Amino acid sequence: MSEETITLNVTRYRHEKDRAPFIQSYQVPYREDWVVLDALNHIKDELDGTLSYRWSCRMGVCGSCGMMVNGEPKLTCSAFLRDYRPGEIRVEPLENFPVIRDLVIDMSGFMDKLTSVQPWIIREKEKPVSEGEYLQTPDQLDAYQQYSQCINCLLCYSACPIFGLETDFIGPAAIALAYRYNLDSRDEGSHRRNDVITDVNGVWECTFVGECSVVCPKHVDPAAAIQKLKVETVSGMVRGFLMPWSRK
Amino acid sequence: MEKEMIVNRPDNSKMYHPHMPTAWWFRKWSYFLFMLRELTSVFIAVFLVVYLFQIYHITQGADAYWEIAGQFRSGGWIAFHGVALIFAIYHSLSWFKTAAVILTPRVGGWMVPPWMVVALHIAAWLAASAAVLMLYVLI
Ligand code: SF4
Ligand code: FES
Repeated sequence: MSEETITLNVTRYRHEKDRAPFIQSYQVPYREDWVVLDALNHIKDELDGTLSYRWSCRMGVCGSCGMMVNGEPKLTCSAFLRDYRPGEIRVEPLENFPVIRDLVIDMSGFMDKLTSVQPWIIREKEKPVSEGEYLQTPDQLDAYQQYSQCINCLLCYSACPIFGLETDFIGPAAIALAYRYNLDSRDEGSHRRNDVITDVNGVWECTFVGECSVVCPKHVDPAAAIQKLKVETVSGMVRGFLMPWSRK
Repeated sequence: MEKEMIVNRPDNSKMYHPHMPTAWWFRKWSYFLFMLRELTSVFIAVFLVVYLFQIYHITQGADAYWEIAGQFRSGGWIAFHGVALIFAIYHSLSWFKTAAVILTPRVGGWMVPPWMVVALHIAAWLAASAAVLMLYVLI
């Protein structure tokens, strides 16, 4: 009996050869427990070693295997072939990003944005190690934990049409991570981050399409972080206007 | 001295730079609904201008008001108000959905679920509409 197969239509782009991306079809064995990433690895190992794509952990942790699967941003290590059978599967690089090669996108713009929001704990003055850790209660941890689950997979950027139109927009993940540190009881750097995220390319670019939160594989809900930051910014401005002495 | 980080960046000229198609909002149902929500604001804005215009005429006396009110009985204006009403309801519901995202109130240790936040907003909306209707009936 012949082995069951499934067709993967994969976007190829090699700058030295191609003026624009094109689709290449591959027949791969169908396995009940295979994900799209397994099928790509099969192509790479058995059919065409020139295919380029990113991956690492194969368990939804590293965030490197994000691609468009049948037009939806997905972690390919979590997208099962069985969910797309009997149809064909279209695999494309994440939308809204420049393509370096085949399915590999350029992340450097995102890395710059991420750095600009300073996603680390900022202290006005570090206490000496001899004074021990900065303690935190479970409630204080709870306040930001959801936003700390981000794996930088960039699915949210790919789903965001505003980012597609305005690539300078700091975007969902970077803003959610800024908010995560703003909410951290050990942090004292929110005013520094807010200077960036409330600026022209920050939260006000967002018109709340909401798709970033829909596609997020870690339930970070970046759309909520952005809307909450908008409300906090406005209420902070009003408070600062009515009670100037309350300004930090 | 702080060390400068050396970052290797891919050559921009060798990359493929995709562009958003003009009709991007037809590609997904959620994008289309988003654009529709934006469009509703235009209708609501026009309705509000018309409403202010009518209020202004009330201040000019009953005759002035009824004269202008008569002009709003045409089929075109009735159709406009029908569409504006549907859009206003859609816009309001989408705002309540937004409120459920922004407001995550806690009662003790319990977080009020988003559907309840939406339900409370709708209840307040219906109460306010009923109060306006009562005023209209009483006056
Ligand atoms: S917010 Fe979610 S979708 Fe966006 S990068 Fe982080 S994990 Fe990925
Ligand atoms: S390979 Fe690491 S998240 Fe998919």
